[in-house]
Amino acid sequence: MWNNIYNWLDERLGLNDMYTNLLDRPEPKTTWWNTLGSASMFLFIMQGITGIFLTVYYTPSPDHAYDSVQYIMEGVAFGWLIRGIHHWGATLMVILVFVHMLRVYYTASFKYPRELTWLIGIGLFLTTLGMGFTGYLLPWNQKAFWATTVGTQIAGTVPFLGEFILKSLRGGPELSALTLQRFFSAHIWIIPAILVALMGVHLYLIIKHGESHFPTKED
Amino acid sequence: MSGSHEISRRDFIKVTTGIVGGLIGAVIGLPAVYYLIDPALQEGGKDSWIPIGKFEDMQIGVPYPFSFTRVQVNGWERTASSFGGYAIRKSDSPEDLLILNSRCTHLACTVNWSAEASGFLCPCHDAKFSIEGAVLDGPPPRALDIYEEHRITDDGLIEIFFKES
Ligand code: HEM
Ligand code: FES
Repeated sequence: MWNNIYNWLDERLGLNDMYTNLLDRPEPKTTWWNTLGSASMFLFIMQGITGIFLTVYYTPSPDHAYDSVQYIMEGVAFGWLIRGIHHWGATLMVILVFVHMLRVYYTASFKYPRELTWLIGIGLFLTTLGMGFTGYLLPWNQKAFWATTVGTQIAGTVPFLGEFILKSLRGGPELSALTLQRFFSAHIWIIPAILVALMGVHLYLIIKHGESHFPTKED
Repeated sequence: MSGSHEISRRDFIKVTTGIVGGLIGAVIGLPAVYYLIDPALQEGGKDSWIPIGKFEDMQIGVPYPFSFTRVQVNGWERTASSFGGYAIRKSDSPEDLLILNSRCTHLACTVNWSAEASGFLCPCHDAKFSIEGAVLDGPPPRALDIYEEHRITDDGLIEIFFKES
């Protein structure tokens, strides 16, 4: 019976094709270095899940942000675990994405026909950094506050546009409730949406072109 | 491969991936569920005696309104919740008091005494309760709740026993 249900679904959804293309496609001889993209993706999904759980208690307002994070750490069962995974996962993700980028560079995998995969990868790296930058402010403790003060101040040194950029990032001339709220919005909606879209194209291109051969001594 | 009992390399990878994935899922998933329902598992608050008014101020047969607030710690915040009710004095004896909770038994709006209607009216779905708290009209499934225990202090204050849920 399960077979029949499966066949019915397969005929309409193309499950077998999907399986072959996603998980069983031909690969050149690969190494552990080729797993870093998937590892980045796994971490992104982890960050997504733990992040959603954090929003159950976290409150993005200057009055409550700090206390709500304190509560997650000490008041809620396993809050320390959920926040811990999100906290360390964030750092690990930046590292992994960067090492993935280095490996693509060292194996020259960015060349024809994978230039777009590379360019989109740069977008992925920048958005990953953006996640880290916006997430860092959310606990609203001293470190977060001053790191964001400094970070946005640096953005403010851009010639001509600097002041405008600074004010847009902060939602005004100084760090305020508006800053916290817009960083929160960027952190949970805007940047993840961009990240997911870029990841979709990135993965499509990888499936389309297949994994590159590592260059040999002759190359 | 076919006919051999040895498990192929591919199948081994599939099974291992499934098991490791399942383990990771369980290790994260179970705490995550606990994390979500944790506030629902917290023990209820403390009990206390709450003064609602002087016995001599209550007139026989006229519902005497009272209200009080309790501060509860919810998460990282102290939240004040309001409660209220009506004390209905029936005779000279302080024992002879009916103390109704003004929380409607339908969907928890607050009922008000109306002298014209000579009943408690609920603004939400037009319920009407008698002075004894019995349902006269509308959707409530049962009579108004009663504060069962009360006592009178030496200064003539009526206090009710209140237990936080
Ligand atoms: C959120 C971040 C990223 C995710 C989730 C991701 C995901 C992946 C995955 C799953 C693969 C296939 C497996 C592999 O080769 O490791 C891949 C390949 C690739 N990635 Fe990324 N990636 C990310 C960031 C980047 C960055 C920052 C760059 C470079 C600027 C980049 C450039 C490439 C290229 C050119 C390939 C093709 C490699 C080949 O065919 O050998 N990616 N990516
Ligand atoms: S809540 Fe009182 S009638 Fe519905």
